[in-house]
Amino acid sequence: MKRFVLAFLFFVALAGAWQLMVQTGRWSPVLLPSPRDVAVYLWSAAQDGTLVAAIGVTLRRLLVGYAIGLAIGLPLGLLSSSVRFVEDTVGVLALGLQTLPSVCWVPLALIWFGQTEGAMLFVVIMGTVWSVMIATDTGARTIPRVYARAARTMGSEGFHKWTRVILPAALPHLITGMKQGWAFAWRSLMAAEIYVTVLSGFGLGHLLHYGRELNAMDQVIAVMLVIVAIGLLADKALFGPWEHFLHRRWGINAREA
Amino acid sequence: MLDSIGSYGPPGPQPAPKLIVDGVSKWFRTPRASVHALDDINLSVGDGEFICLVGPSGCGKSTLLDIIAGLTRADAGRVTADGQLVEGPGRHRLVMFQESALFPWLTAFGNVMFGLKLVPDLSRAERRETALRYLRMVGLERFAHANVHELSGGMRQRVAFARSLAPDPHVLLMDEPLSALDALTREQLYADIQRIQQDRRKTIILVTHNVREAVCLGDRVILLSPTPGRIRESFPIHLPRPRDVNSIQLAEYTERITAALKGYIVPETV
Ligand SMILES: Nc1ncnc2c1ncn2[C@@H]1O[C@H](COP(=O)(O)OP(=O)(O)OP(=O)(O)O)[C@@H](O)[C@H]1O
Ligand SMILES: [Mg+2]
Repeated sequence: MKRFVLAFLFFVALAGAWQLMVQTGRWSPVLLPSPRDVAVYLWSAAQDGTLVAAIGVTLRRLLVGYAIGLAIGLPLGLLSSSVRFVEDTVGVLALGLQTLPSVCWVPLALIWFGQTEGAMLFVVIMGTVWSVMIATDTGARTIPRVYARAARTMGSEGFHKWTRVILPAALPHLITGMKQGWAFAWRSLMAAEIYVTVLSGFGLGHLLHYGRELNAMDQVIAVMLVIVAIGLLADKALFGPWEHFLHRRWGINAREA
Repeated sequence: MLDSIGSYGPPGPQPAPKLIVDGVSKWFRTPRASVHALDDINLSVGDGEFICLVGPSGCGKSTLLDIIAGLTRADAGRVTADGQLVEGPGRHRLVMFQESALFPWLTAFGNVMFGLKLVPDLSRAERRETALRYLRMVGLERFAHANVHELSGGMRQRVAFARSLAPDPHVLLMDEPLSALDALTREQLYADIQRIQQDRRKTIILVTHNVREAVCLGDRVILLSPTPGRIRESFPIHLPRPRDVNSIQLAEYTERITAALKGYIVPETV
């Protein structure tokens, strides 16, 4: 509770300082809108539905792309941890591609898919797959051998062993990798939305982009705030329960994992 | 009279042995050297017999257990369990490892259930009930829902013991299960293991460095010597159960076996 109050006071103070800076009049309101202007924009955008629609579009792209990325990355990681051939081929590819900032996929996605939903999804998937795959691979490799041996003597083989032993044993690594994949996916989607206008849906990135085009600084800052808030909430909502589980069950602090 | 039949001890006239190790040899080839880990191991274990393997470090005890479990392939010879050739690991031959092999993503109860869920033809209720019964047997019923990291080392090995016994394996293989524990906990577990063995009557092979422990638990103590691993001697232990590790008779056996063991550790290159 005390932590909450402190955090709350900090942000109130931050907003207060911002308001004071605006009131000195040293910066033009075109460059620095007041917190009030931003709040007004947020309220009106929420009222007329543009904000909600944009959030919906963005989240749908993100979640679908991320889910596909996981569905590809997890099995690939398991495969490359156990099959030498996959390790030497796709594994090396993944190591290389993971170093590529995911924004760099945008031009390629545009050429391949044009200004479509497909391009958006592609960028998100590319942002997710490689880091999830590498984390799964590392996780599966660093499992103490005794777990798999114990499981096998109890009659666990094949699919049962992979799903009931290897995956759960790799969980601490998996969560780290999934968080990283999520962060990459989120960043690359924002970059793609700012660069590319897709007629099938206006996401938060587009809203940000048009804010700049219209020189509407209140809109730019408001959308940035929304993006930050979604990033924070998603992190808590998606990974909070898992980290809690890790902490309680394994006795490890997920932040150190 | 009935009592002596019901209790296990040096078995009399034997039915077909439970487990036969027949001429097993094993080499480990590494880029630098080839290690002859086991050389022509022959061993026959009766149903319900408790065998203890002792021998200096590196003489191939763990390797032998792995081969019996089916986790490692022998380069020569074969292992037969219940008349069937061992070709891979299976739930009829459970291994309890030296380090805690409990799964940290499951509770104590979940760990015991893991093996039980792989036993066919049991209902959900039967599985749960069996798991709880074995946890009770090792005195940890109250900790059924504890997480592994909340248990002490001794408690973990108890849970591991319950996990190995619950699926009712034909043979239980234990690789230095108690060596990481302090003396008091270990003595407590000697008592537990003997008590459980009294009423479950499992065929057990236990590997240990501790000759006292071997004499306390085993119907037979088998001595291995290193490079290459060979069976040297077999000592039947004719002591009544339950045995107390600190008893005089036990100490006499221990002394004899330790002396024999030392004979094999002395380097041959003098
Ligand atoms: N995977 C392996 N690769 C190469 N050599 C091995 C391997 N496993 C065991 N060895 C060798 O085989 C021999 C027997 O090893 P093993 O682990 O069976 O000994 P042990 O009797 O169990 O020893 P300890 O009492 O120390 O546990 C040793 O010389 C060891 O170096
Ligand atoms: Mg060993």
